[in-house]
Amino acid sequence: MSERGIQWFRFTAPANFYDLAGRLIPWFAALTIALFAVGLYLGLVVAPSDYQQGDSYRIIYIHVPTAWMGMFLYVLMAAYAAIGLIWRIKMADVMAKAIAPTGALFTFLALWTGALWGRPTWGVYWVWDARLTSMLILLFLYLGYMALHAAIDDRQRASNASAVLAMVGVVNVPIIYFSVQWWNTLHQGASITVTEAPTMATIMFVTLLIMVLAAWMYSVAVVLARARVELLERERNARWVQERLEGGTK
Amino acid sequence: MMEFLAMGGYAPYVWGSYLIMAGLLVVEMLQLRYRRRSLLAWIRRMARLRAQEEKQ
Repeated sequence: MSERGIQWFRFTAPANFYDLAGRLIPWFAALTIALFAVGLYLGLVVAPSDYQQGDSYRIIYIHVPTAWMGMFLYVLMAAYAAIGLIWRIKMADVMAKAIAPTGALFTFLALWTGALWGRPTWGVYWVWDARLTSMLILLFLYLGYMALHAAIDDRQRASNASAVLAMVGVVNVPIIYFSVQWWNTLHQGASITVTEAPTMATIMFVTLLIMVLAAWMYSVAVVLARARVELLERERNARWVQERLEGGTK
Repeated sequence: MMEFLAMGGYAPYVWGSYLIMAGLLVVEMLQLRYRRRSLLAWIRRMARLRAQEEKQ
């Protein structure tokens, strides 16, 4: 095996990952707090009311970040699941499994905040339109992945079966994204795209970006923390775990 | 202050969104901390038992 190959495996080795993640988590946690503090202040206090929707539009500052994170995290989870399935890297399965609960939480929050925004703007909490329904399917995909992973005792088989589920389910993500174009829906189209200037005031756009970043930093911190616990659980009899416990809780 | 809390008449919707989100994120973090602590306690207990067995 080449030198580079060995180096690369160093970072996927459980003990190295455990230490590195432990050092990174406080930084991501600090960034999360700072970004949420600024974002919430801008979104709830500084940004003006919407001329059509009044203050109800302020839900956008958590609705859009949670919806994006729900989708991003699913793609990331499926990618790790695929890496674990194809190259038999156990750390990839640990990461995929660690991402799922946070992804499910953000997807649920997107649906919840969407319902509370839909009532004053559309008059209903829920409609079975393409965007809302495909987002609900995303939540079920997360829950299905977690249930399947937990239901199979043999770790390798659990990892393989749930990886296949995660990879098949990834087709749902572009369906969610394009649903507002492909079908006639109540949900509005994208306000922010890569190719065009945003169709909203600068202060709103900046606030939204800060909230999206805050949700990202939160996700990284929590997923790394969960991956560490998952690793401890799997490797509780390994020498590196014993060594770290003797030196106090890390 | 009251005006801020009223959210232009949309208080239940706006605060119902923000507070549920804050609450669930806190629950997620607490649940993770609980899981980690009980696991560490279990691993320590097992290590102690093994050490005792080795002495006997």
